[in-house]
Amino acid sequence: MLAILSFFVRRVSLSLVTLFLLSIMVFLGGQVLPGNVGRAILGPFADQRAVDALNHTLGVDRPLLTQYATWIWNFVRGDMGTSYIFRSPVAPFVIDALGNSMKLAAVAFVLVVPIGILGGVVAALNLNRPLDRIISLGGLSVTVLPEFVTGIILILIFGVWLRWLPISAAWPRDAGFFTQLYYLILPSLPLFLVLFGYIARMARSGMIEALDSDYTRTAVLKGLPWRTVIWRHVLRNALLPTITVIATQTGYLIGGLVVIETLFRYQGIGSLIFTAARGKDFPMLESGILTIGIVYAVATLAADFLYSVLNPRIRLGSDQ
Amino acid sequence: MSAIPTSSPTPDDTRQRGPLAEVLFSLLRSGTFLTGLVIVLFWVGCALFGEHFAPYDPLADDIINALAPPSAAHWFGTDQIGRDVFSRVIVGSRDILTVAPLATLLAAVAGTALGLITGYFRGIVDDVVSRILEAFMAIPVVIVALLAIVALGTSKTTVIVVIGLSFAPIIARTVRSAVLAERELDYVAAAQLRHESALHTMFVEILPNVIPPILVETTVRLGYAIFAVATLSFMGFGIQPPSPDWGLSISSNYGMIGGGFWWTVLFDALAIASLVIGVNLVADGVHGALND
Amino acid sequence: MTKSVTAENALELADLSVAYRVAGRNRAVLRNLSLTIGQGEAYGLVGESGCGKSTVALTVVRYLPRNGSITGGAISLDGQDVMKLDAEALRRARAESVSMVYQDPGKALNPSIRIGRQLTEIFELGGIMGQAAQDRAIAMLNRVRISDPTSVMQRYPHQLSGGMQQRVAIAMALANDPSMLILDEPTTGLDATVEAEVLDLIAQLRQELSASILFISHNLAVVSNMCDRVGVLYAGMLVEEGPTEVVFNDPRHPYTVALLRCLPRGGQRKDQGRLDTIPGFLPGIGAAIKGCAFADRCALADDRCRTESPPLYDLGGRLSRCHYHERAQALPRATPSNVAPAPRAAAAPVLRVAGLNKTYASHGHALRAVKDVSLDLRPGETLGLVGESGSGKTTFARLLLGLVPPDEGGTIELEGKALAPRLADRSDDQIKAMQIVFQNPDSALNRSHSVRHLISRALKRLAGLSGKALEARLNDLVRSVRLTDRHLAVKPRQLSGGLKQRVAIARAFAGDPRIVVCDEPTSALDVSVQAAILNLLADLQSKEDVSYIFISHDLAVVRYLSDKIAVLYLGRIMEFGPSEDVFSGPHHPYTEALLSAVPRLDQTETARIRLDGEIPSATNPPSGCVFHTRCPRKIGAVCEQQEPPLSEAQPGHSIRCHIPYGELARLQKAVVTEPA
Repeated sequence: MLAILSFFVRRVSLSLVTLFLLSIMVFLGGQVLPGNVGRAILGPFADQRAVDALNHTLGVDRPLLTQYATWIWNFVRGDMGTSYIFRSPVAPFVIDALGNSMKLAAVAFVLVVPIGILGGVVAALNLNRPLDRIISLGGLSVTVLPEFVTGIILILIFGVWLRWLPISAAWPRDAGFFTQLYYLILPSLPLFLVLFGYIARMARSGMIEALDSDYTRTAVLKGLPWRTVIWRHVLRNALLPTITVIATQTGYLIGGLVVIETLFRYQGIGSLIFTAARGKDFPMLESGILTIGIVYAVATLAADFLYSVLNPRIRLGSDQ
Repeated sequence: MSAIPTSSPTPDDTRQRGPLAEVLFSLLRSGTFLTGLVIVLFWVGCALFGEHFAPYDPLADDIINALAPPSAAHWFGTDQIGRDVFSRVIVGSRDILTVAPLATLLAAVAGTALGLITGYFRGIVDDVVSRILEAFMAIPVVIVALLAIVALGTSKTTVIVVIGLSFAPIIARTVRSAVLAERELDYVAAAQLRHESALHTMFVEILPNVIPPILVETTVRLGYAIFAVATLSFMGFGIQPPSPDWGLSISSNYGMIGGGFWWTVLFDALAIASLVIGVNLVADGVHGALND
Repeated sequence: MTKSVTAENALELADLSVAYRVAGRNRAVLRNLSLTIGQGEAYGLVGESGCGKSTVALTVVRYLPRNGSITGGAISLDGQDVMKLDAEALRRARAESVSMVYQDPGKALNPSIRIGRQLTEIFELGGIMGQAAQDRAIAMLNRVRISDPTSVMQRYPHQLSGGMQQRVAIAMALANDPSMLILDEPTTGLDATVEAEVLDLIAQLRQELSASILFISHNLAVVSNMCDRVGVLYAGMLVEEGPTEVVFNDPRHPYTVALLRCLPRGGQRKDQGRLDTIPGFLPGIGAAIKGCAFADRCALADDRCRTESPPLYDLGGRLSRCHYHERAQALPRATPSNVAPAPRAAAAPVLRVAGLNKTYASHGHALRAVKDVSLDLRPGETLGLVGESGSGKTTFARLLLGLVPPDEGGTIELEGKALAPRLADRSDDQIKAMQIVFQNPDSALNRSHSVRHLISRALKRLAGLSGKALEARLNDLVRSVRLTDRHLAVKPRQLSGGLKQRVAIARAFAGDPRIVVCDEPTSALDVSVQAAILNLLADLQSKEDVSYIFISHDLAVVRYLSDKIAVLYLGRIMEFGPSEDVFSGPHHPYTEALLSAVPRLDQTETARIRLDGEIPSATNPPSGCVFHTRCPRKIGAVCEQQEPPLSEAQPGHSIRCHIPYGELARLQKAVVTEPA
């Protein structure tokens, strides 16, 4: 138990360091690189005095260290600053958007994790047979396609030609759970496709390694039925690494959200960041990105935690 | 002393083919690789010579024939200002096939250097750089790019630099873990026992042995660079109008698909899809050939 | 042709042929192999790597790799035709009548399932559930002499030592009371003392159980101790078979004869002559064989051997696949037994080490890998370093070379001049004077570089040569390690293991070193190749007057090459002295145990000294004498409280033990331990 605790403490502090560095990068990108913020907002023809006044109001004429310290301290307390565009606090926007994105991501995840793992397992059990080729090459192909490309093709097929699904994710007001779900199916499909190939590929290679291992040979030579060999001996060892991969995919998933939410006109964190970027709304942009960083860090932590619970080597430490 | 037997020539003495020949041989037998290669070469051909065999000027508008569906005159139809979609798709490969490979090259060079240094020196250098790289990787490339492009302004160079630098940590991570494994091998100790310099050990001793993973990772990254450039263009942060870029075309036309003008986006989408899949089939083939 | 199946045999292979599909072609691994193992018999199968030993085992249990297939013949297990079994019947056969134990127990056990569960599932197959299965599992662990079975049941494999893991694997194999037990290199990779324990266990279990045994090993001595009959496998064919004693004492196939001659035996030393070798190479997998498979490498072979494939001649209770089996032992030596001159005595030491320590920090604990090591070495001498894994042999070598800096305080002197602790601070002359031949040439030779590049780079950096002078020296060097010009152009991976090791030796000798550290240089090689490398090292030594620090776990090999021996345990020298004194004794109880653990080919019964338990952790070494926890000759509290000094018992021979030298002599006289 001590082993797992110290492992966890170490992982959390590493995540904090990573987040700290990320915040510096975001700060640099949002407040230092663009140069004169007031000029950037007001445009090249604005009066210099107006620019100075705006810079002063925004606080961007203070020393960098002060600016960073204030910004990060406020962020930690839940104050994400004021939006340049909406002239109102950023936090509610971010929280709302994050909630919406979670819904979309959850639909994609709930679909892709079991199906992806199943695909990989089935492919490995049929190694080098046609079924394996179809899953592997098909998975590889859909995984590498940009979401807006699969999105467009899916919209054309299911929204325009077949007219089965709505082409926008903006559901009517007061829509119930199932209506929301109905609107989320099409947007979640491109995300599903991107993740499917990854997860299936990882699960497949984990399975192949486990199937070829000496311990599987031991289990087979014990005379255990094939099902028992697979369920008890192979699957657990085979799928452990896949768990970590699934968590790291949250990063890609959020990247995909920016595109998908724009394409389907969905009010999530992705489209929030996109709109903020277009409007040079730096407080909104910085808070959005840092929030994504936190989500990613939490997801990786959760995965590491799960991994260490499932893996006795980490859970119990090594006596040797 | 009589002749020692092991040096007498026997058929099993040395193996038939050299390593490079073996890789080439297995590449040429890989259907995946060859299919991918044909697709990629097709688009490279279009990028280089597309202008000469495109039936129309991809930039010439023709308002009278705007939004015409596919026909004998316009195989892929026309867009909202009457430009020939077929010609635009053919020539549309040009910008993306300039920007993406350059970004990948930058990523490969920077990533290899970073990976070699962090893997070779380990210790504090490694810890610090690895943390920074990890922070970089904690947010999706598209978002890093978005932030940087907003901060720096849109241009092809910015896109190349931003994507190159965003991918560098990923390549660096691959190179680093390969270098860490190599570092443990005794030939590195043997080099130290000859007083070789760190530069010699890194670049002459270790680098050749980590080329295979670098090659695989770089080809995979090329696929993602195309992915990223297309996505940024689609979002308006990449290649700028009036270039006949695929992502850009989809971005300016997808608002109309509800009205049934599918040809204005479908062919561009398929073009991106085929190029990305082609590059990844090549990467898969290279991976297979190098990991036999 | 299929032989009639007889019930009295536990295993019968009849004309068995197996092939692996490589690059679209079927390549034969086993060629018409026939053998029979009777009920309760232990049959040993020996051969060098690549001869198909393990394939036999995997074929019997029908677990060939994906690209492997049985191309002919029949296998019958307890009268059952294994090849005709459907999936369910095959599973039943595996569950009920045949079990297998193989190399590397750490991988054979499932890393994420507790030991107890891995055992009880076997009993559950037989319908024994719940507490009954638990009890049976505990009984089984008791049977393999695991002292605390209830706690072991709760553990995961990684929490057990290698020896314990192999005991568990054996317990699992025996749990279903099989009629056939296949042991495929079950002790390879284990330390000598652990190996001895596991072999003892197998021997004891044989008395208790009825299982027939197929014992597969590359180690002739292990097989000779364990088996009633032995078969010698060569290129997938049985070349000789018979009762173990008869085959090893009176071999009738030139291959067996040659194999036995390659081993340093009976305390043979380098100044008594060179080891014999086997010329040429094993035919590759799937090679077309015309006539006798061994003809290419056999000095007795004539035209008949090259054209007419010899049958297995029945010599009355034994078989030999040689046309000239009656004169097999007249096989001329492949390598003349030249004797090298002895090293010049009384020269000043080339190396002097005093008070060398190395402490690593490990999870907040201090790990003393090397503690207070002092010794010296003269020009042309070999110092053998022996000890189990974790004894600090390799760390000591790395300290000398400067690859790892030692703790403050100790000194290393090379030819009277102090060496800087760090490699970077040593002069070029000092660096070239001390080089190393690593254990694994695949790791030691950069696989991207050609052999020419590998050796010339060393000549350039170490000897400072270039141009024509380099070229000339390169040719000399290549010839002196018996490589040819053809080998220069290729990359290491295109060479066999023995040739690679020659390249590594050439590189070490590039700068005319005074000392070459040899870290297990032959442990990855087959015995015939090992002999050639040992001969080469001995030749180079007498020619160049170089000193060796020779690390090996194989005591016979160490004895062949060494003039002095240092026995290490937990980083300390337990005994140091002239090779013959250390081997003939009286010696430290630990040395005594190590020697007693060596399996012998001659099967002479000697009193065995077995060590209990595992090597203690170096982070928390036992108090007093670090060996007291396992010492069979512990005399009392003094051993637990006081660390004995390394005191000189006889001129040049020091022992770290509380028992006086005379007393050790008396105790050990009863059991004269003469190593293999």
